[in-house]
Amino acid sequence: MGTTVTHAPAMEGLSQDSEPRHGPVKPVRPAALKRRRRRENLAGYLFMSPWIAGFLLLTAGPMVASLYFAFTDYNLFDAPKWIGLDNFSEMFGDPRWRHSVQVTLWYVVVGTPLKLLAALGVALLLAQKRRGQAFYRAAFYAPSLIGASVSVAIVWKAIFSDDAIVDRTQKIFGIDVGGWTGDPDMIIYSLVALTVWQFGAPMVIFLAGLKQVPRELYEAAEVDGAGKLRRFWNITLPMISPVLFFNVLLETIHSFQIFSSAYIVGGGAGSNACGPADGSMVYTCYLYVQGFENSRMGLASAMAWMLLVAVALVTAVLFWSQKRWVHYEEGAR
Amino acid sequence: MSAQATDITPAPSTRGGGLRHKLPGSLAWHIGSLLVLAVILYPVIWVIGGSFKKSEDIVGSLDLFPGDPIISNYTSLADGIADISISTFFYNSLFLGVGSVIGILASCSLTAYAFARIKFAGRNLLFTLMIGTLLLPYHVLLIPQYVLFRNMEMINTYTPLLLGKYLATEAFFVFLMVQFMRNMPKELDEAARLDGCGHFRIYWSIMLPLCRPALITSAIFTFINSWNDFMGPLIYLNEPDKYTVSLGLKMFVDQDAVANYGGMIAMSLVALLPVLAFFLAFQRYLIDGMATSGLKG
Repeated sequence: MGTTVTHAPAMEGLSQDSEPRHGPVKPVRPAALKRRRRRENLAGYLFMSPWIAGFLLLTAGPMVASLYFAFTDYNLFDAPKWIGLDNFSEMFGDPRWRHSVQVTLWYVVVGTPLKLLAALGVALLLAQKRRGQAFYRAAFYAPSLIGASVSVAIVWKAIFSDDAIVDRTQKIFGIDVGGWTGDPDMIIYSLVALTVWQFGAPMVIFLAGLKQVPRELYEAAEVDGAGKLRRFWNITLPMISPVLFFNVLLETIHSFQIFSSAYIVGGGAGSNACGPADGSMVYTCYLYVQGFENSRMGLASAMAWMLLVAVALVTAVLFWSQKRWVHYEEGAR
Repeated sequence: MSAQATDITPAPSTRGGGLRHKLPGSLAWHIGSLLVLAVILYPVIWVIGGSFKKSEDIVGSLDLFPGDPIISNYTSLADGIADISISTFFYNSLFLGVGSVIGILASCSLTAYAFARIKFAGRNLLFTLMIGTLLLPYHVLLIPQYVLFRNMEMINTYTPLLLGKYLATEAFFVFLMVQFMRNMPKELDEAARLDGCGHFRIYWSIMLPLCRPALITSAIFTFINSWNDFMGPLIYLNEPDKYTVSLGLKMFVDQDAVANYGGMIAMSLVALLPVLAFFLAFQRYLIDGMATSGLKG
């Protein structure tokens, strides 16, 4: 939830070490082998027990419960009442819900590519090893650590409010649209700016990917007379495509789940919690409003499952598409 | 993947040019970098400058720094927010942060050791499940977890915010540690086994010390995430004296924003200080941990 942390999509199992790793090389009798295997199983599950408890109690169990709540009318005080698909039909018929879907999609579609472009552009710049590289890399990364905080959301709201710096700067260029945070159509772009400002996290990953491109490839291309753009298109891009895929996947999934900044920049109180005229009413904001302000736990659960389905679909499409544009090196995967 | 050359520059910067091209190229590089830096730092400098301005001058003026700096924004923080001292919020956030770090380090390293070093039946299945939870949107669990903790009468306690950390639900850190432990030579365990060490001894005396970088990275990320967390405290805490810094700030926004705008800006900055301090002290670990997470270990 709003973390700045990312993780790798290395889905392959742990089977790379297939030979038994413990024990001496001398032949072992079957009974002893069996005993040892049993001991290993026991040790494995003992070490895993916190995770298993957590998985059952805090992940798997709640998911099942959430699926059940999605088909009930539940206000926390009375027992859940089964209402079939009513939550879903209410949801699809609710203009405010449709609006929140629209706001979220717009945020994802505009914000994620801009952020990744900024990350890739600056990574290409920083990849040239020059003095100060480490300093710049650290400085550019810093916003990713604080970007999800309430503090930064407050600062953001101030910067983009009426008569503040952004407003005054655009007036110099003759654009008079007022502060972004007070405008239902513009407030979402202040959130886009906030996510682009945090390009440092994907940038660091791009940089790590760029460092692994073998230099000989460029040298060979240069001998063949390939220009800068050509080298980027034919060497750099394919070589870093696994990293690009990883960043696209993670940033997209994260963007769908934006909450605190939209909530705070939007105002975050009562009926107009998420911006003027619901301008920053992203999906999770509406989920929060329905669940925790209106006590519609069943409806909110149905909304949460729709989000899960959407995220799963996007993930599936991305994984399906990677055949076409992601190049894994022979033997690397 | 451990053998890659780290100093390779992919984009050839000295395309065919000798010294004559070098200087302008380097100049352009620095100008470009400084421009990006200016954009990045602008909001931070703005909030630092703003915290020394009078409330009514903060938004309306283009000057980054005030002509006559005042410190009353900071001194006003001593009065607290809604009769609660600022130090209460800091203490609460610190407690949650430290509690989270201990939980994550203990539970995730145990789990990672099992995945990386013990061959047990069902390991691959559990690993797949664990990776699956990495991509799961948290919001699906939000409501049922709230219902669960509510039925256990744990609302307004820190248990809902901490329990998951002690049960290794933060898959990212498990994953990070698995990657790290898998790269350790197998001979280590084998030698220890021959000396009669059990798994716990190997975990405690060999693996944990060797995994220090991964543990430090996880600890810092955990602390910062806990410090920044807003939705968790927003849902589970409802008495102001239990609030974290994030919720204290939110309360400031709701109650005091118009009356003491300068105080709110000052408090925003003060709330960022621990994170920035951690970053300055440990940026190497954070950036390296981040970088390896994107590559296959």
